[in-house]
Amino acid sequence: MTATAETTGAIGRPIRRKEDERLLHGRTNWTDNIQLPGTIHMATLRSPMAHAKITNIDISAALASEGVLHVYIGADFPDLPGTTCVWPVTDDIVMSHMPAICTDEVRYVGDVVAIVLATDQNLAVDALQLIDIDYEPLGAVVDMEEALKPGSPLVHESAGTNLCYTAKMPCGDYEAAKAKADVVVSRRFINQRLIPNTMEPRSVVAAPMGMSDEITIWTSTQIPHVLRVLLALLTGIPENHIRVVAPDVGGGFGAKLQINREEVLALVLAKKLGRPVKWTESRSEHFVSTHHGRDQIQDIEIAATKDGTVLGMKVDLLADMGAYLQIITPGTPLLGMFMYSGIYKMEALDFTCTGVYTTKTPTDAYRGAGRPESTYAIERIMDELAAELGMEPMELRKKNWIKHEEFPYTQIAGLTYDTGNYEAATERAMEMFGYEALRVEQEARRAAGDPVQLGIGISTFTEMCGLAPSRTLGALKYVAGGWEHCTVRALPTGKIELITGTSPHGQGHETAWSQIASDIIGVPVEDIEVVHGDTGRSPYGMDTYGSRSLAVGGQAIKLAGERLVEKARIIAAHQLEVSPDDIEFAAGTYSVKGDPEKSTTIQAVAFEAFTAHNLPDGVEPTLSGEATVDPLDFSYPHGTHLAAMEVDTETGKVTLRKYVCVDDCGVQINPMIVEGQVHGGLAQGIAQAMYEGAVYDAEGNLLTASLAEYLLPSAADLPSFDTDRTVTPSTTHPLGTKGIGEAGAIASTPAIINGVIDAIRHLGVNNIDMPASPMTVWRAIQAAKSGGN
Amino acid sequence: MIPASFDYVKASTVDEAVAALVKGGEDAKVLGGGQSLLPVLRLRLNAPSVLIDVSEVGEMRALTDDGDALLIGASVTTYEVMHSELVKEHAGLLSLTAGAVADPAIRHKGTFGGSVAHADPAGDLPTVAAALDCEMVIAGPNGRRTVAAKDFFVDYFTTALAADEVLVAVRVPKLGAGWSYNYQKFNRTAQAWAIVGVAAAVKSENGTITEARVALTNMGATPIRATGVEAALAGASSSDAIAAAASKAADGTSPTSDLHADSEYRKHLAAVLTRRAVEAASGI
Ligand SMILES: Cc1cc2nc3c(=O)[nH]c(=O)nc-3n(C[C@H](O)[C@H](O)[C@H](O)COP(=O)(O)OP(=O)(O)OC[C@H]3O[C@@H](n4cnc5c(N)ncnc54)[C@H](O)[C@@H]3O)c2cc1C
Repeated sequence: MTATAETTGAIGRPIRRKEDERLLHGRTNWTDNIQLPGTIHMATLRSPMAHAKITNIDISAALASEGVLHVYIGADFPDLPGTTCVWPVTDDIVMSHMPAICTDEVRYVGDVVAIVLATDQNLAVDALQLIDIDYEPLGAVVDMEEALKPGSPLVHESAGTNLCYTAKMPCGDYEAAKAKADVVVSRRFINQRLIPNTMEPRSVVAAPMGMSDEITIWTSTQIPHVLRVLLALLTGIPENHIRVVAPDVGGGFGAKLQINREEVLALVLAKKLGRPVKWTESRSEHFVSTHHGRDQIQDIEIAATKDGTVLGMKVDLLADMGAYLQIITPGTPLLGMFMYSGIYKMEALDFTCTGVYTTKTPTDAYRGAGRPESTYAIERIMDELAAELGMEPMELRKKNWIKHEEFPYTQIAGLTYDTGNYEAATERAMEMFGYEALRVEQEARRAAGDPVQLGIGISTFTEMCGLAPSRTLGALKYVAGGWEHCTVRALPTGKIELITGTSPHGQGHETAWSQIASDIIGVPVEDIEVVHGDTGRSPYGMDTYGSRSLAVGGQAIKLAGERLVEKARIIAAHQLEVSPDDIEFAAGTYSVKGDPEKSTTIQAVAFEAFTAHNLPDGVEPTLSGEATVDPLDFSYPHGTHLAAMEVDTETGKVTLRKYVCVDDCGVQINPMIVEGQVHGGLAQGIAQAMYEGAVYDAEGNLLTASLAEYLLPSAADLPSFDTDRTVTPSTTHPLGTKGIGEAGAIASTPAIINGVIDAIRHLGVNNIDMPASPMTVWRAIQAAKSGGN
Repeated sequence: MIPASFDYVKASTVDEAVAALVKGGEDAKVLGGGQSLLPVLRLRLNAPSVLIDVSEVGEMRALTDDGDALLIGASVTTYEVMHSELVKEHAGLLSLTAGAVADPAIRHKGTFGGSVAHADPAGDLPTVAAALDCEMVIAGPNGRRTVAAKDFFVDYFTTALAADEVLVAVRVPKLGAGWSYNYQKFNRTAQAWAIVGVAAAVKSENGTITEARVALTNMGATPIRATGVEAALAGASSSDAIAAAASKAADGTSPTSDLHADSEYRKHLAAVLTRRAVEAASGI
């Protein structure tokens, strides 16, 4: 009944992003650009010790320092929490309490021990050096296995253990499956700790607004709506006094899906002092204090028959929580729990995850959250199984994956994949890659003993995104829903205001959401203004993470738009003096069936709805449509990624020569935005495989605490990616869409490492811990040569 | 992070710069392109009371032909060194290596003199200064002096420059006919410092190396001349001979261990990269 893609055809067009003009020309307000009169600047003093008792604090010199207004320590806010965890994953989980400012004990390098408030940011930072603190070391806990041994120092003494939780999910009977197996392969994979780096560091401004009890808090966050609820719960400030605004946000990747102690402090201090309070982190602060990602030890076992039929898999994880639980710290590893079987059929999956406290920066969601870990495990172990069986790794995958005609398919962990076509994506990817020719080259290089060996890395992945429905999240003990809201308002002048509960931080929602609404209500993309990221202007929302915004939020846009169109139809019919059933709607115009001359536009109807001079009985003035949608299910994008890796066996240096990926994210609203998401995701996933990795010393000091030691690749380090898409529309999502925000980051990591190992497996190497740095690879080759590994 | 506050003086002549240094005492620092000094200040590893900016001192911005050498002002940027026709013609190793330094933005700000004065053992240009037997022209309160590269680099981030001295220029001897060169830089990302680097210049006649200069980056506290390799290369005319000579590259060195490479791996790399640099330079 409503407009389809053909009417104006905005959906599916790679139109340029509306938001880019202001972003690329620097004509936007990042949080740190916000300058309010009377602002007080906050600076944080962070613990240089991983674990210690605070025995004495002397703030007198800092208090006397130029420009300093206040210095606060933990004793000033003894009961104020700095964060909260909304996902107590098991009944007997050991929760933790991160204070806004530490009172008597610090638990990681970067823990906040004091704050300075001054008239100027530089003066606040200067005064930090004048605070004198005495520490009595308590013993760092760096290694997860050591942490679980009796006698280890305890991160939280009162808990009596460093064990945070154990979560089990036995699906099928793994021991029975293993008993039938001809081959059992086990490996230990390390999914190293990563430090998410956004272009814009964290920043917050909190200001009492004067005219009411309202305090507005501008913050560089992915979750303004969720944050408002949590800030109210933590501080006791009534929720209806708090307005959270996420202005343009320069990247998040999960690192800004968080409630931070700096936000809590800024809010509480703005209220207490009656002045705006501002804090912006430096990059150095970011490295130790913004939550980290991944950090799992994965013991993986797979059982199969000798013809290559996979029977079952056993997954035993140690997951590093860091020192405290933040918003979804314990749940992050479990977001991968259902996905360890990947795209493959099997009889059993035995999953156990043990969460462990250490004296390190807390971990939490980072692009992919849980699914990169599960994808790495299954795609790596499939290659190892293929090697053990002497099978071509792609053939092994084909033998075990769910065939396209078998969808919808309920996999071993109980999820029902609605759609997928692994054959089509793989065929296209192999063709683009020149798979056979590269295998021939690989053979030739091996035969010639070329110092530079070639490997082919495969990753045929799927993931689950768009967390929903709310009931399922409730069953998983997650303390929030998975719905999303949209209001579409037709203003009297015919312009459209689309109010979304999603909160973009680089994804291009303003453009894509306009494209969807344009097709549904027949108004040009330029006439649609997307309002987001402000609890004052868009009161309902669950924000942006987990590739949910289009998959979930898109449904709300569609329904809200359709409701607007239906209301306008009734008014139009009244104006045209026919019954609503006799009205046709296309491209923004309502016309009488069989008499197209008699027509009116949606803009004209909007004006009628405003004046309300001539509305049908029972129809309320104003024209808008509103919808809050709780989706039927997750969405399951998939794809085939192939990497050609060169390994210089003399130096261990790894080079990514060619990367091909064919993703299936269902219907693409804007293929150019999809392309951008894929490229960025690939860079991050490849970075995990080749460059990134947080390193701590035994005392709990972060050794990779700057961009000089923590390596991020730039465009100069990456080849031009060859990408394409197959389109298998989702049947559980009304627009046919799936998520694409994390796919690249999830799929690419195992493709790279499989490729590296494929290049040097003949030398005896069957595992490389990430990142595959030259020294790591060279040592693996040396060890294999001397009979190790 | 935010540096501690400091005073700023912009010098327009070498004398002005020296005078300001003398006045500023121990706490004064020369500011070139700031690409090494500013990060140090931001990390609060150092907090000088005054910075004396020499980036626009005319004499120090000049790059001239000085007969058997080039005279390159300390404030000539890495980008300018990379693209100078004079440097390409007479000291190709230097322009090639300048292109391996950091990324374009940093090359536009950072200076040749700043890199040499900073004396980071991982810096690429000090290695070339060592390989080409450059001389440093230094000005201080007692006038000017010249120090040879081998005496200039003293230790990690330490040179023969006194606190009240300015590096004015670097004299780069011309290589002359028959020489060819190569720089092998081994790093993990494109704009990162060298884990190990090798600069090689060889003079060959009829397919035989007659003379060689080999210098190593990040194999010790200062740039190191691989004299054993240089000696062994004289007369080399086969890849086996080059490989045999290159295997001595790490002799007598004790490179550091860090996150990217331990000492043993650095020594291994030095040999591999020396072989590659000499092969590439000599075409053998
Ligand atoms: C991200 C990044 C990557 C980099 N990668 C590389 C790389 O791959 N290879 C490489 O070689 N370098 C690299 N660098 C360093 C860069 O080349 C610097 O520019 C250079 O080392 C210093 O030059 P500058 O002019 O910026 O000196 P400054 O930073 O201004 O000064 C450096 C030091 O030298 C002193 N100084 C400067 N000029 C004089 C003078 N005329 N007389 C006396 N003392 C002086 C200063 O007091 C200071 O102690 C990198 C820098 C960055 C930020």
